[in-house]
Amino acid sequence: MIEAGNLQKSFGKVTAVRDVSLRAQDGKITGLLGPNGAGKSTTLRILYTVLKPDAGDALIDGVSAIRDPLEARRHMGVLSHGAGIYPNLTARENILYFGALHGLPPADRATRAAELIGLLEMEEFADRIAKGFSQGQRIKTALARAIIHRPRNVLLDEPTNGLDVMAVRTLRKLLLRLREEGHCLLFSSHVMQEVGVLCDEVVVIAHGTVVASGTPDDLRTRTGESNLEDAFMHLIGTGEGLG
Amino acid sequence: MRAILTVFIKEFRENLRDKRTLLSALILGPLFGPLLFASALSLSIERGAAKSDRPVALAVSHADRAPNLLAFLHQYGVDVQPVTFDDAGARSSIREHRQTVVLLITADFGKQLTDGEPAPLLLYADSSDSTNARNLSRVKVLLEQYSVLISRLRITARGIDPLVLSPIVVQSVDVATPAGRSVVFLGTLSYLILLTMLMGGMYLAIDTTAGERERGSLEALLTVPVKREQLIYGKIMATCAYMTLSLSLTVTAFAIALQFVGLEQFGMTVNFGPFVALKIIAFCWPLVPVGAALMTIVAAFTRSYREAQTYLGLVLLVPTLPLVFAGMLGLRPTAPLMAVPSLSQHFLITSLLRDEPISAVYFALSVIATLAVGAVLMLIAGRLYDREALLG
Repeated sequence: MIEAGNLQKSFGKVTAVRDVSLRAQDGKITGLLGPNGAGKSTTLRILYTVLKPDAGDALIDGVSAIRDPLEARRHMGVLSHGAGIYPNLTARENILYFGALHGLPPADRATRAAELIGLLEMEEFADRIAKGFSQGQRIKTALARAIIHRPRNVLLDEPTNGLDVMAVRTLRKLLLRLREEGHCLLFSSHVMQEVGVLCDEVVVIAHGTVVASGTPDDLRTRTGESNLEDAFMHLIGTGEGLG
Repeated sequence: MRAILTVFIKEFRENLRDKRTLLSALILGPLFGPLLFASALSLSIERGAAKSDRPVALAVSHADRAPNLLAFLHQYGVDVQPVTFDDAGARSSIREHRQTVVLLITADFGKQLTDGEPAPLLLYADSSDSTNARNLSRVKVLLEQYSVLISRLRITARGIDPLVLSPIVVQSVDVATPAGRSVVFLGTLSYLILLTMLMGGMYLAIDTTAGERERGSLEALLTVPVKREQLIYGKIMATCAYMTLSLSLTVTAFAIALQFVGLEQFGMTVNFGPFVALKIIAFCWPLVPVGAALMTIVAAFTRSYREAQTYLGLVLLVPTLPLVFAGMLGLRPTAPLMAVPSLSQHFLITSLLRDEPISAVYFALSVIATLAVGAVLMLIAGRLYDREALLG
């Protein structure tokens, strides 16, 4: 469970996040939807403890990501923007490295890595050097790396950005599977279809503020628009481009 | 501590698979540097030796006009080449580089000599051409000696002691030690060792910081439950490890390469053996954390791999600056100077190779001061790594 209350963050004179509160529940996929520059990434980066907010608090399974970031990190797995992996390590080594950094004992992380490699159907390339991996192979490796320590909460920053159709399908399957297992998934996106297909809950952000939240159906009803894209345009104001 | 070790092992192993890192840290710098240095050195020694052994070449025009002079020159090892030039011919032969020094014996030479009047000889050379300066001065000295020889014979023939011609005798006493001549050599040697050592860690310092950010794995790394300063300490340690490897290889390569160079001509200990090599490594090692932390700090705050390379190129020069100043100002070791990292290492290496005694106090000063600077830089790196600006 991820809860954020009244987050604020500025970089110099630019206010990236003005006032964001949200709640992502276990067993559900929550989408953070908004145009580029709306503050989605900044919000996520605050939640996964890379940035400190100027005000507000965020709780990851009840642990404050601001006051106790080290403990909060144990409760979450992060697929950061770009999902870069180490090109001179094999997929398995990439996964094991994060297992070690999470403090898993060697035998445990080996078992867990093997389990994830099976789960994500990575056997074919698990022991190859990551240099030259396809996007799909990279995203699988990065995701396995993110959840090596069995976190309940998984945060993904624009995970489908720059992925080809095959890789997007792979990722989508994985997210649904994690939801079935009862994980709390929070991901940011500016792609409407993706959010519509995947999300149980949607949080719409514009200009650093939450403008609406609820199920996709809620949003459609509330705005009186029949499709999500129109609902979205309605919510963020038509002047806002989708860039 | 376990996290630091985890990061260290991963960075060490990953870079072991990187051809560029390996090439620069363990092959190019450590092997080519000493090899190049040793061959340049032995070439210059050989050339120096060959020059002083070579007979002086002299073209003499109208040699038949002064047979006794020619015999004298021949006796002193002058390689006489008989030619027939007039004044213009002698000038043009030198201008066109067919000859370097030409001695023209005038038609009156024999007659003037017999009459006891100054007998004219013409010596042609190009004073702007430094390569034959040695030849020219050698010929001048010989001609001077010949002149003195004749004047003594004349004085003696008149019943006067030739010693009256030498009212003053000046003897020069050269007190320069042979080792002093090798100052340039020693300066270059410690400079090369320190430079190669730094280069050994350069790619790692970039790869673990700017490289990690550019590949997009930094944010993920920062979400593991490990303090950021521990991550950077692990990375700096890996850089240190490569610098240590690079340092050991370079010194070993120098030790081997210098065996083939005639160093005794510099009056130096040729004994650059295993023990001396180990000592040099021990002297230099305290500088490893200084260089690693410094390079990591700079690389961590550049925006890209390329930018990091540019800045680190400059950082490589920083530890070499004290050496340059020491060379220009002719500095000698003193207690305050032994607290300056890189300069103190240079002094220690120099003293060791000169076979001078090394004061234990100076050695301790060098080690402690350098390690302290390294520790401070590490702390700064840890602090800086905690800042959000790191994400770029």
